[in-house]
Amino acid sequence: MSVYVDENTKVIVQGITGHQGSFHAGEMIKFGTKVVAGISPGKGGTKFQDKVPIVNSVADAMSFSPDATMISVAAPFVKDAAFEAIDAGIGIVYILTEHVPFHDTMEIVHQAKRKGITVMGPNGPGITVPGKCKIGIMPNQIFRDGDVAVASRSGTLTYEIVEAITRSGMGESAVIGLGGDPVVGLTFIDVLKKFNDDPKTKKIVLVGEIGGNNEELAAAYIKANIKKQVVAYITGRSAPPGKRMGHAGAIIEKGVGTAESKIKAFNEAGVKVADYPVDVPKLLR
Amino acid sequence: MQDGEILNLYEYMGKEIFRKNGIPVPDGYVIESASQLKPFKKPSVVKSQILLGGRGKSGGIKFAKSDADLKAAASELLGSKIRNLTVTKVLIEDMLNIKKELYVSIALSRADREPVLIASNSGGVEIESVPQNEIFTKKIDPLLGYSDFIGREASAFMKLDPEIGKQFRSLLVNLYKVFVNEDCELVEINPLVITAEGNLIAADAKVIMDSDSFFRHKDIVITDPEKTPLELEAQGKGYAFVELDGKIGVIANGAGLTMATLDALTLHNGKPRNFLDLGGTDNVDIVVEAFDLVLKANPKAILVNIFGGVTKCDTVANGIVAAKNKFSIKKPMVVRLSGVHEEEGRQILKDNGIESYPTMMEAIERVVKVSEVQ
Repeated sequence: MSVYVDENTKVIVQGITGHQGSFHAGEMIKFGTKVVAGISPGKGGTKFQDKVPIVNSVADAMSFSPDATMISVAAPFVKDAAFEAIDAGIGIVYILTEHVPFHDTMEIVHQAKRKGITVMGPNGPGITVPGKCKIGIMPNQIFRDGDVAVASRSGTLTYEIVEAITRSGMGESAVIGLGGDPVVGLTFIDVLKKFNDDPKTKKIVLVGEIGGNNEELAAAYIKANIKKQVVAYITGRSAPPGKRMGHAGAIIEKGVGTAESKIKAFNEAGVKVADYPVDVPKLLR
Repeated sequence: MQDGEILNLYEYMGKEIFRKNGIPVPDGYVIESASQLKPFKKPSVVKSQILLGGRGKSGGIKFAKSDADLKAAASELLGSKIRNLTVTKVLIEDMLNIKKELYVSIALSRADREPVLIASNSGGVEIESVPQNEIFTKKIDPLLGYSDFIGREASAFMKLDPEIGKQFRSLLVNLYKVFVNEDCELVEINPLVITAEGNLIAADAKVIMDSDSFFRHKDIVITDPEKTPLELEAQGKGYAFVELDGKIGVIANGAGLTMATLDALTLHNGKPRNFLDLGGTDNVDIVVEAFDLVLKANPKAILVNIFGGVTKCDTVANGIVAAKNKFSIKKPMVVRLSGVHEEEGRQILKDNGIESYPTMMEAIERVVKVSEVQ
């Protein structure tokens, strides 16, 4: 198994008939992801793109033995959709939806922890293992199979950095979007453990941003536990305090969550921090 | 309430929520004009309703011992400016007979992804200035919720006498209820007053709600006073937009890439005028509307930085051309297009005399250069 998913991962999509859900499910199929079923209450019995069966509930989808689900439903319905997937025991739950109330996310994360299920997102672009599996909305054409693992709190910025890595002649072993919300399922430390255990991954890139202390905790963990090379990029160094910079989680509050603090923590852990996204591949030796 | 809005409630709104949920607050009422004052009954506090810490030190809180005092305080505060914010409402409350001040709050701990209860015997000052060993903290599992043992642990730590401890534990039940039911990031009572009569009363109320929970709280109407008129306009149109003090207007897609664009400009000594995240869109009108906002900020030059995915480069290019024609834009524009349909997008721009680049760094260097000669 590569990082979280591989070529055998069977994926279902909750919200496959929605505008976003249908477009991205189509792109995932083109990428090679095994999309085994879609959920759309009331539309069970029909097919997506004449191939993928649509069912009414996650329970109905369990006959396809899914390993992962992608949730692409409107924010007010995310908690129910996630609880439904957790109740069914699907191992990986990726939530794409933006603007999920963090009280809902707290409950989802805690319930998943009790059941041994991995929640990713909300408000993230997905997870991709090049050549094997893509869950989410990352553009198909930016990847190349390789040995650099990337974890990020952003979407578009991740694509920018992944494309720079690919252009430089290197490639990616896994790319994971953690999500831009103040409460998300995965921390940088969670994915660092996975990257460290993955034999294919030789180098690691962390893309952080202002808000919270996820990066500082990761820096301390890297210093104590990670032997693979780690390079970071932190965005929001020019952001004024107290202003939410697009992501709900990207805010400097009471002096906590500044770019300076994160860059300092990484530097102290021996992690080089790129000034510009395009500099990331140059720092990967 | 709208999406993406920071919901920092005024004290009187927080207290109204407290009152409804059984948390004792002083008797009082809110006025917008001195003519709404009720006849003086008891010594009162007149408190400016602004969203700033340290109101007292800035002269925003006054005391009244007579009708004349009340009128003078209300007239003086209403319409006055405290650190640039105009006071439009004051809260008139019965003065408390303070014996001791405590501190209590429930906040989201981002790192733990759960609520944390914070309480201290030392209230009335900023909690950051209280020594760690005088602060009780306890994480609360959101699926289990608050339970009375937490209140007993807190009361013991704070050495509350049994009668006050009982009131405190009942208050915590209700405070946790507010935290959950109102989708709060923070509920804070500082000071929580023990009165000479032996009652526990919330003398202040700080309530910050989660901006993403709006669909459950449509009844709450509040405008963030720290937002500029242009930021409010942008918010109403659904854009993540922040005004900054530089001269280069910025339109990019994705919050992370937009922040990275501002950072790169700043590192090149080019100061951004704004943050504007176009989001994931494939709609020409959204691009045109974004230009309308940025132009209202009157930048010297405009940088568009797009990494195409869901947002297609040719759609953005068509939007840029439409905006240029609609608003007769004469200011220099520099565009970076990369990703899905970038060739088509750059051709559209070229045909309309707009310069574009394939990489972010080329565009950054170029826009800084052209903005300097403006």
